[in-house]
Amino acid sequence: MKTLLRPAISLFILLSLITGFAYPLLVTGIGKAVFPDQAAGSLIIQHGKPVGSTLIGQNFSGPKYFWGRLSATGRYPYNAGASSGSNLGPLNPALIDAVKGRIDALKAADPNNMLPIPADLVTASGSGLDPHISPAAADYQLLRIATARSIPAERLKALVAANTEGRQWGAFGEPRVNVLGLNLALDALVAK
Amino acid sequence: MPPHAWLLLGIYLVVLLALVKPVGAYLAAIVEGRSTLALRLGSPIENVIYRIGGVRKNEEMGWLPYALAILLFNLLGALAVYALQRLQLALPLNPQAMTNVSADSSFNTAISFVTNTNWQGYGGESTMSYLTQMLGLAVQNFFSAATGIAVAIALIRGFARHTAKTIGNAWVDLTRITLYVLLPMSLVYAVFLIGQGVIQNFDAYKAVTTVEVTNYSTPNLDAAGQPLKDDKGNAITGAATTPIQTLPMGPIASQEAIKMLGTNGGGFLNANSAHPYENPTPLSNFVQMLSIFLIPGALCLTFGRMVGDERQGWALLATMTLMFAVMAVAAMYFEQQGNPLIGKLGVDQSLTALQAGGNMEGKETRFGIADSGLFATITTLASCGAVNGMHDSFTPLGGLVPLWNMMLGEVVFGGVGSGLYGMLVFAVMAVFIAGLMIGRTPEYIGKKIEAFDMKMVSIAILVTPLLALAGTAIAVMAVDGRATLYNPGAHGFSEVLYAFTSAANNNGSAFAGLGTNTPFYNVMLGIAMWFGRFGVIVPVLAIAGSLAAKKRIAVTAGTMPTHGPLFVMLLIGTVVLVGALNYVPALALGPVVEQLMLWH
Repeated sequence: MKTLLRPAISLFILLSLITGFAYPLLVTGIGKAVFPDQAAGSLIIQHGKPVGSTLIGQNFSGPKYFWGRLSATGRYPYNAGASSGSNLGPLNPALIDAVKGRIDALKAADPNNMLPIPADLVTASGSGLDPHISPAAADYQLLRIATARSIPAERLKALVAANTEGRQWGAFGEPRVNVLGLNLALDALVAK
Repeated sequence: MPPHAWLLLGIYLVVLLALVKPVGAYLAAIVEGRSTLALRLGSPIENVIYRIGGVRKNEEMGWLPYALAILLFNLLGALAVYALQRLQLALPLNPQAMTNVSADSSFNTAISFVTNTNWQGYGGESTMSYLTQMLGLAVQNFFSAATGIAVAIALIRGFARHTAKTIGNAWVDLTRITLYVLLPMSLVYAVFLIGQGVIQNFDAYKAVTTVEVTNYSTPNLDAAGQPLKDDKGNAITGAATTPIQTLPMGPIASQEAIKMLGTNGGGFLNANSAHPYENPTPLSNFVQMLSIFLIPGALCLTFGRMVGDERQGWALLATMTLMFAVMAVAAMYFEQQGNPLIGKLGVDQSLTALQAGGNMEGKETRFGIADSGLFATITTLASCGAVNGMHDSFTPLGGLVPLWNMMLGEVVFGGVGSGLYGMLVFAVMAVFIAGLMIGRTPEYIGKKIEAFDMKMVSIAILVTPLLALAGTAIAVMAVDGRATLYNPGAHGFSEVLYAFTSAANNNGSAFAGLGTNTPFYNVMLGIAMWFGRFGVIVPVLAIAGSLAAKKRIAVTAGTMPTHGPLFVMLLIGTVVLVGALNYVPALALGPVVEQLMLWH
């Protein structure tokens, strides 16, 4: 046993220094040099102040903005300090209540909308910070926002399209709309 | 299943099978100490490490010293991770001033990361300092992966050698696997991930002013900080607002890379690979899925090379690939069915050009159904346990797939190293069963399988179902075990079954609604993880020693070939019947009942 102790301790310390210090520091250095924006969190800077990240969703509940997925993060929705899904099982009454609550809120904001509601708009994302909704979910909300902001629907459609990404190479991921990007573009449009 | 899902699965298989051969050959060259570029470049560092450690690199070990070395090295790891968590407030690189972690949670997490399980009872961004993450958890991501590969290599040597007393030098194996395999691959991979958007910095968390103020309700607290309740016992809530969002920061990319490559699976952040800062794009998601199976798949071919018959490696890989394809299709299919209770509310869950549809609860829009279902299959067949969607919110049968995958014993690809040695244990079991049927002494790769070997095989196969089922039984009988169930009914039982199955098989994914950061679960699951890991490793090394000492027997007309389709089918049958049938009654109580309730 004693013959094993010295190599065990030495290897443990030395390999820890290599994999636990040298390696992450090297990656940080390369990241800063090659991909500085991504390494720092893909922040969106407006007037010199960070207003969010292109990768992290924000909570929207006003009629003038596109709404994102439901969020089950700790304490309040889209709390980036406590990412989490709802973990509600398919039979859990709390899941059905949450879906009903979202349907009611959508209908209250837009009583005349008779379109079927897309599934992603009434369910909580895995991270609680999903930055995207499906193009169907954007279409569902389009007329409400066009009316609330007095913007022609055609113009709004172009804006949605500009913030939409397709499925990569026909196989990876899903078509999606970046909600924060779209809403910032909306505000910029009105400010002009 | 829609065309893009088939295409995704097809591309995945093609790229994976193209990569495993070169990686398998490289692995063999490294562990055999052949003169490769990496070994020549690294030898100065390697020699310094050996000099300080007093390691004689040409001196090999028998199976018992090898096992003791592995145990000691891992014990040191557990102590270090425990200490880092308990002292993190006093240590540097803690910009958020994370407090010291509780004793039971630290115990659980230390064992979890040392055993390659990476079960997480805590939320990363609200619990761990940067130092604990990089020097404690990420280091164990490397070491537990190196441990698994080393044990697998030792077992391969048992087959490859004859009349030998030794199975390699544990110190040299651990060092070389870490320095020449895991480290360079992680480095390239981490830089790629940063390019996709995974963060890598040491900044404090960043507060940003959000476009809209967030309104929410929060429980009112009394003077003692306890939530106030009304007469009916419901919490009294008040309105609150916040104008800011606090973005987590940290050295994530470097940890993410080894988290996937080493089939560890422990997220830097609570939402794991569902979090956009850990897995930002469909491409990063694809590469993450690829990196889970890469080394486990490659090791099959390392095995073939080292025993001098590549067909033996391909047979194991074919077995794994067939089982994987079936499970992947099942998971994607069941999740696309959606939730009938939500459908009844007038919600559109159909798949169209504009939406993924299906069961989107707990899934990210960018991944939809196909990428989430495939990821869930891969992460549970391999003992990775990273998640890009919440398994707890899967449909009953969609959730049965990851649960069943773990119950197969983490041998279909499985963990790095542990998947191969687990599958080899099943292969020995398969030839033993075949031998019984035809009345011949069983043999595998030129080695006669005898009583001692079969005893060790039995222990290695039975220890995990025993831990998983006994643990589940105790937890559902104990008040403390039932107290933190999250979902009602059959699903609550599934949560407990999933937790112990995940821990005993060293997977680490969860039906995460179950509140497991309690002394009861931290201790129970910690025990399951430790014995689920080393209760297999020790008998496997004993088999390695026993096989290495045997003579090689010549192939005759009576030898059962172990590289053809017949053996592949026999092996699949053995894994399914011996590995997973233990669990069928428990599955009937959980997901099966739930499915009947949901669709009746």
